[in-house]
Amino acid sequence: MNRGTTDLPVLLAPRRRIEAPGEWGLRDIAAVFGSRKVFAALVAFAVLSVAVAEAADASVRPGVFATVLKWTPLIATGFLFNLAVSVASMAVGTFAGVLLGLGQISLLAPVRGASWAATQFFRNSPWLVLLFFAMFLLPFELKVAGVTIALPAWFKAIIGLALPVMANVAEIVRGGIKSIPVGQWESAESLAFTRIQTLWRIILPQAVKRMIPPWMNLYAILTMATTLISVVGIQDAMTLTRGALVAEARTDLYLPLYAMLLLLFFIYCYPIARLTQVLERRFAVRI
Amino acid sequence: MSHELGAPIVLIDGIEKRFGALVVLRDISLTVRRGECVCVIGPSGSGKSTLLRAINALVPVSKGSIKVDGIEVNEPDLDKLALRRKVGIVFQQYNLFPHKTALENVMMAPLHVLKQQKDEVEARARRLLAKVRLSDKEGAYPGELSGGQQQRVAIARSLAMNPMLMLFDEVTAALDPETKKEVLVTIRELAAEGMTCMLVTHEMGFAAEVADQIYLTDGGTIVEHGPPAEFFRNARHERTRAFLDQVL
Repeated sequence: MNRGTTDLPVLLAPRRRIEAPGEWGLRDIAAVFGSRKVFAALVAFAVLSVAVAEAADASVRPGVFATVLKWTPLIATGFLFNLAVSVASMAVGTFAGVLLGLGQISLLAPVRGASWAATQFFRNSPWLVLLFFAMFLLPFELKVAGVTIALPAWFKAIIGLALPVMANVAEIVRGGIKSIPVGQWESAESLAFTRIQTLWRIILPQAVKRMIPPWMNLYAILTMATTLISVVGIQDAMTLTRGALVAEARTDLYLPLYAMLLLLFFIYCYPIARLTQVLERRFAVRI
Repeated sequence: MSHELGAPIVLIDGIEKRFGALVVLRDISLTVRRGECVCVIGPSGSGKSTLLRAINALVPVSKGSIKVDGIEVNEPDLDKLALRRKVGIVFQQYNLFPHKTALENVMMAPLHVLKQQKDEVEARARRLLAKVRLSDKEGAYPGELSGGQQQRVAIARSLAMNPMLMLFDEVTAALDPETKKEVLVTIRELAAEGMTCMLVTHEMGFAAEVADQIYLTDGGTIVEHGPPAEFFRNARHERTRAFLDQVL
């Protein structure tokens, strides 16, 4: 950085940061999509899985590679369903989590206490158990003013996954707000800003930058955790992979098919993890 | 400096502040009149900053009365926002909003708190930045400014609310001698224009020059006060003489 003025990107408005020369270039994009080594290793892993299976199979059945290819479109469809669930759970969990996080800094002690308790409870529970809870606790249909609304399993699964996300987002929000120096609150209050104005105009614009990397990290974790819904009987990529294996009834396919599923998740989640690191570095406050 | 002294703006009567068992302020009484510049000096931990922060209700007091332009501060249902529209405060650590430019920092409170017209606010903000000699830094972010420049933006930001009283809480304590001077010049000009000021400071020379009244605090009480000439030359109390010997 040779602007000669500040070394603290967090202190600049986003527009400035993007304009800053040599700040957001090819290097970063390369970083997001990872080094060649990682992908080489990944491809080698997949090829090796297939090769081991091919070697073990001397019969005249269709080749392992062809079989994996045959099932790929179906499993990819399931994978897209996983992604849809992850996006929906993230949206619901983020919305509820922001409320819960703000609740934790409320001036009203009961609101603060309840928000804290809910956050701690859902943050320290196993995701799978919460998922089961949501599946069996929520009714399969809701009767509101004579209208029956069906609650399909996928909907309940989204809620079930949104619960731990909510609690983790609440902690990210609370931590982000608490990380802003108390002097910012004092000066805003001294200028007669109300608490809401202070939060909205002064604190949150600064805190959100610090919240984005852990939030993205949480999203990557959630995406991988969506495979849990296969346990409660929803047809996702995991279920479909298992189905394909049952249909083929060939043990030599286990490794390659699961490798393919792993690859799908990796290709999606790894760039997110890298982008998180890049953003963390960019937003880092160096003192 | 001598002004036509007006009505009292701040009337402090017998306030006490405790943090648990620790008494930070004990039976403090003082008056600041319109147009007056009052300096509070004293060793670290003597309660100077707490006293200043009590005036705009950043620190609630445990006992006594603080009246600012008729508003009683030590009252449970105090309208803090009404009080703070009258009182500006500048902090040692500047506390500018780092995500806003210098101009935006000055504009924010009039725009969002007073809900004034944007062009009007912007014109005034530019005038205020010119007044603190920072016209060329309007578009700069706080991180791009020196300590002295940030502190002058902070002064302009407080002035934008048209306060009737300005509080300065050791505003030069974090600055080097050169940038310190820029800030002191700005405060001196304000005082000369008749702005009512209350300063907590370690700058004895500056206090002697601009103050109408000097208060020495120690151990949470006011040891002695008086006009600078008298205060510095003929201190009545042993404690004052000891303190002045240390710092002068």
